[in-house]
Amino acid sequence: MGRLLKLHTYLVLAFLYLPIAVIVALSFNQSRFGVRWTGFTWQWYVRLFHHHRIAVYAENTLIVAVVSTLIATVLGTLLALGLYRYRFRLKSALKFLIYVPVVIPDIVMGVALLLFFAWVRVHTGWLRLSLVTIILGHVTFQVAYVALVVRSRLAGLDPALEEAAADLGAGGYATFRYVTLPLILPGVLAGALLAFTLSLDDFVITFFTAGPGSTTLPLYIFSSVKRGVTPEIHALSTILIAVTTVGLLLGRALLRRR
Amino acid sequence: MNRSATSPARRLFELLLTVGPGALWLVVFMLVPALLMLEASFLQRGPYGRLVGPYTVANYLRFFGFTPEGYDPLYLAILWRSAVFAVGVTVITLLLGYPLAFAIATSRRKEALLLLVVLPFWTNFLIRIYAWIVIFQRHGVVNALLGAFGLEPLHLYPSWFAVYVATVYTYLPFLVLPVYTAVERIDWTLLEAAQDLGAGRIRGFLHAVLPQTLPGIVAGVLLVFIPALGTFVISDLLGAGRVVLIGNVIQQQFGVVRDWAFGSAAAYVLMALVLLGLWGYARVAGEEGLDRLV
Repeated sequence: MGRLLKLHTYLVLAFLYLPIAVIVALSFNQSRFGVRWTGFTWQWYVRLFHHHRIAVYAENTLIVAVVSTLIATVLGTLLALGLYRYRFRLKSALKFLIYVPVVIPDIVMGVALLLFFAWVRVHTGWLRLSLVTIILGHVTFQVAYVALVVRSRLAGLDPALEEAAADLGAGGYATFRYVTLPLILPGVLAGALLAFTLSLDDFVITFFTAGPGSTTLPLYIFSSVKRGVTPEIHALSTILIAVTTVGLLLGRALLRRR
Repeated sequence: MNRSATSPARRLFELLLTVGPGALWLVVFMLVPALLMLEASFLQRGPYGRLVGPYTVANYLRFFGFTPEGYDPLYLAILWRSAVFAVGVTVITLLLGYPLAFAIATSRRKEALLLLVVLPFWTNFLIRIYAWIVIFQRHGVVNALLGAFGLEPLHLYPSWFAVYVATVYTYLPFLVLPVYTAVERIDWTLLEAAQDLGAGRIRGFLHAVLPQTLPGIVAGVLLVFIPALGTFVISDLLGAGRVVLIGNVIQQQFGVVRDWAFGSAAAYVLMALVLLGLWGYARVAGEEGLDRLV
């Protein structure tokens, strides 16, 4: 059984890495068509950098990820703190509302947001589909994830620490700033890291909330793939794979050090 | 807690400061859009794709097959097909993921193995789908390998097979992680007890190990089943028009067809199915069960 289980593990790992290996390898392949290896080249990367819009798409993607993560981390952390600390009416309704973005299919959320933005636009003239609407959409699912991650960290907190601070005369803010926040910071950072990656990874919500001029890298990849597979997309994908891998490993190292 | 000594006004202020902004955000960008979509599902498609009254249940009737031209269960068939697809994907994912989670949790190098499983999942979703096109297309990796052995090329893209493979690939980590957590918490003395009482390997596993991992299995199954049921990108890219799921119907109604009323009704049917499943799950697993989904 042990040996069989090991074989299974290796096979599944091979299955997980095969597509990534194929993309990375082909991004350095001279042949434009097909998958036969005809020699090493950097030319697809060079062409990619000469593509006049690619920097704009990358910038859009990063703006959305950074801004939405900042907003969602603050809102989500506060939400988790309030849920942990207070009892109030509608508390279970609020918890339900937090679970909804996590569990409903993302296409449902995407079309509902599209409908909402169109409705706001008709009635007020605000909110043309743009980077702003993408950010609003991303924050909506990120808030839920951040709140849930921070809440699980709070659940492991020893209430005696906060009580001790209060007994020693610390006010609500001082207790939060010098006792609670340092204790839950790893959870907050983990939540932010998750929110950031979810934003970079998201395609569906972005697809429904983007407008002309707010193309992100995933949207660009989608529209290119619809037209056909090209080595430039292999190169772009390889860069993104490298960036997320390095980012993930760095993030883990940082979180572990704390 | 001595915080109860603070004044009610102070408490209300703190409550609004912490829960307020996030709750407001979710109400405005989650609850209001959901209610708007509910209203839209009872409206009709007007000129230029605008939503117009009067209120009607025609969209739902049409979804369930009752059209002015007679009974035509087109969309019910698509919904059924999507459900069968999601079940199929979930079963395959379980067969691949359960032993894998077990192997990781009982390995000496579990940290490294876990990272290896999660890493591909952090690469962009679209790139992972795209890679399977490169593998399955007419002159792709599989057919190049077959050709090297002198075999006939296979028609793999676009196909249901490709959609299945890519969906399993995409959601495998969602199943592995909760099952892994459950395996880590197993109380192995139960297995020893079962073996002391004469249970063989299979019976020992079925009665002493499997039940302990059930919470992880159920959470993982939901985490795979729900997105598989709602997917439209994977079927769009790897099925290229030959594979139509409920997600594709919704996307088309909000895209090229521009019948937002009918699209809203279809989205509500999908959401109702998902919420029904979650409600059943929450009744069995309780609120902590919902936490396991994150």
